[in-house]
Amino acid sequence: MTTTQPTSGPEVDALADVTRAQVEDFLHLEAELLDDWDLDAWAALYTDDCRYVIPCNDSPDGDPARDLVLIDDNALRMRMRVDRLNSRKAHREYPHSATSHQVSNVRLRAVDGDELPVVAEFTVWRFRGERSTSYVGRYHYRLVVVDGSVRIRSKRAVLANTSLRQVSDVAIIL
Amino acid sequence: MTLTNDPTTQSRTAGPFVDEDREHHRFRVHRSTMTSAEVFALEKERIFSRCWLYVGHESEVREAGDYVRRPVGNRQVFMVRGRKSGRVNVFHNTCTHRGAMVCRKDAGNAKVFQCFYHAWSFDSDGTLVGVPDREAYGDGLDFSALGLRPVARVESYRGFVFACFDPDVIGLVDYLAGAKEYLDLVVDATGDAEIITGTNQYAIDANWKLLAENSVDGYHAVSTHDTYFKYLVALGTDLSGGVKGTAKALGNGHAVLEYAAPWGRPVAKWEPLFGEDARAEIGRLRADLVQRHGEARASRMADTNRNLLIYPNLVVNDIMAITVRTFMPVAPGRMEVTAWEMAPRDELPELRQRRLDSFLTFLGPGGFATPDDIEALESCQQGFSSGGVEWNDISRGMAREPLANDEEQMRAFWRRWNEQMVGGVG
Repeated sequence: MTTTQPTSGPEVDALADVTRAQVEDFLHLEAELLDDWDLDAWAALYTDDCRYVIPCNDSPDGDPARDLVLIDDNALRMRMRVDRLNSRKAHREYPHSATSHQVSNVRLRAVDGDELPVVAEFTVWRFRGERSTSYVGRYHYRLVVVDGSVRIRSKRAVLANTSLRQVSDVAIIL
Repeated sequence: MTLTNDPTTQSRTAGPFVDEDREHHRFRVHRSTMTSAEVFALEKERIFSRCWLYVGHESEVREAGDYVRRPVGNRQVFMVRGRKSGRVNVFHNTCTHRGAMVCRKDAGNAKVFQCFYHAWSFDSDGTLVGVPDREAYGDGLDFSALGLRPVARVESYRGFVFACFDPDVIGLVDYLAGAKEYLDLVVDATGDAEIITGTNQYAIDANWKLLAENSVDGYHAVSTHDTYFKYLVALGTDLSGGVKGTAKALGNGHAVLEYAAPWGRPVAKWEPLFGEDARAEIGRLRADLVQRHGEARASRMADTNRNLLIYPNLVVNDIMAITVRTFMPVAPGRMEVTAWEMAPRDELPELRQRRLDSFLTFLGPGGFATPDDIEALESCQQGFSSGGVEWNDISRGMAREPLANDEEQMRAFWRRWNEQMVGGVG
């Protein structure tokens, strides 16, 4: 890896000062870490009280406290997901897929308490063996400032794919 | 030189597909059952057109006019609660006029189903209630015979709705045979059971029978799902008890594993995963189960897991949570899987959260185990096309009272499958 990218979020004094360009750089950093399978560095972008959620395709508004979702990771399960994917025992991802996380249409919403809501569109390409699949949808982020730098408190990836029939699973991180 | 040992090119519709040799404790299944287009075509006719197939759960259509649309046996049908009858109807999703699908959303509530093509409309009990320019038809045409066509047979057992395309099939309760007792256990332990919002709809590039096997395969748990057990250990779960129990054939191809396992069960078996706060509460749930069902049955409900296969393609796994899963072949080497989670209706939020957590650590296409099962099944399918080996071996446990990590439950499935396909074990 020849990256000279920073490995953490932009340093800011207050959420209100965060610019779209800074958020875009930050989301592109996250995408790069995922595509490089540098999952320990990826997880470090998240807060200790983080959530990473993917609702089911047929219930995009699904509430992980009440409804079945595809993924509802807190920090512990996110850690386990990373450990699993780093091991050779996550058979669906050993060897790893080649992925390309593409993030666009980044919009900053009004600061809400100590959180900056951000919405973006994503396409995640996944290539493994002879198979090529793509996940398309919308990210909903909640960003916060921790010790002077931006971190992710929550990420909700809502799939536009009407089912997982074409992509088979969500064994990769979107 | 002969090519007959290549299962990818072989068509063995005459069998034998299944070869059971009790004396030598050998049970094997010919790999052409997984790869052959002829077998696939025959399955559609002899299995999926003749067996009771799971459509959905009554809780999904609780109110009059509620409907869900699904493919059952690769045919587009929809299940709707009739406004007049209150009955759960299952209709072929096709207009009796010229064929277009009349139910065009996956779920909803409707007073009428209007075909958009020529605007014929049908009520939720199937009656044809609207035909534009009806006077254009002659007096002789019997419109009452042009209602939506129900699937030949529809019955439900304790909320599980099944349909069969064969009008002469035996009744559902007789069909379920010994599986009934296990559905009772799941439903009694759950109380007012419902399918919760959120559906897993995925696909596996493997023959459908591989998932029937995998869903009741205790043997693979430790080797394939190592990372899940590591997670349990990290949380403080004691794995030393291992997975202990029995495998049983239940008649008509149904089978079950019933076993104790180290993971927690939201029914009433506490494990570190659930957190200290939950301990007292799970104790109360357990006391309540004992009061309602007696100590022995309550312990069975709370402490033991059930992987239940209802032949041919319904799985009700009552494990770290309850999943209801059905799957259909769309080609010899591809199946579509649809899975739901069942839970008590109006469950307290903290109990529901725990149940959901328990489900997601293992189950579902984003869980810590299901993707690895998908990989295993696809890997088998790819292995079949490697050729050279004609038979799969399913002999484990033939020389003893079958345990939960043996393969008797799969043999039960295959014996019935063979009976339907060629009439008995060859």
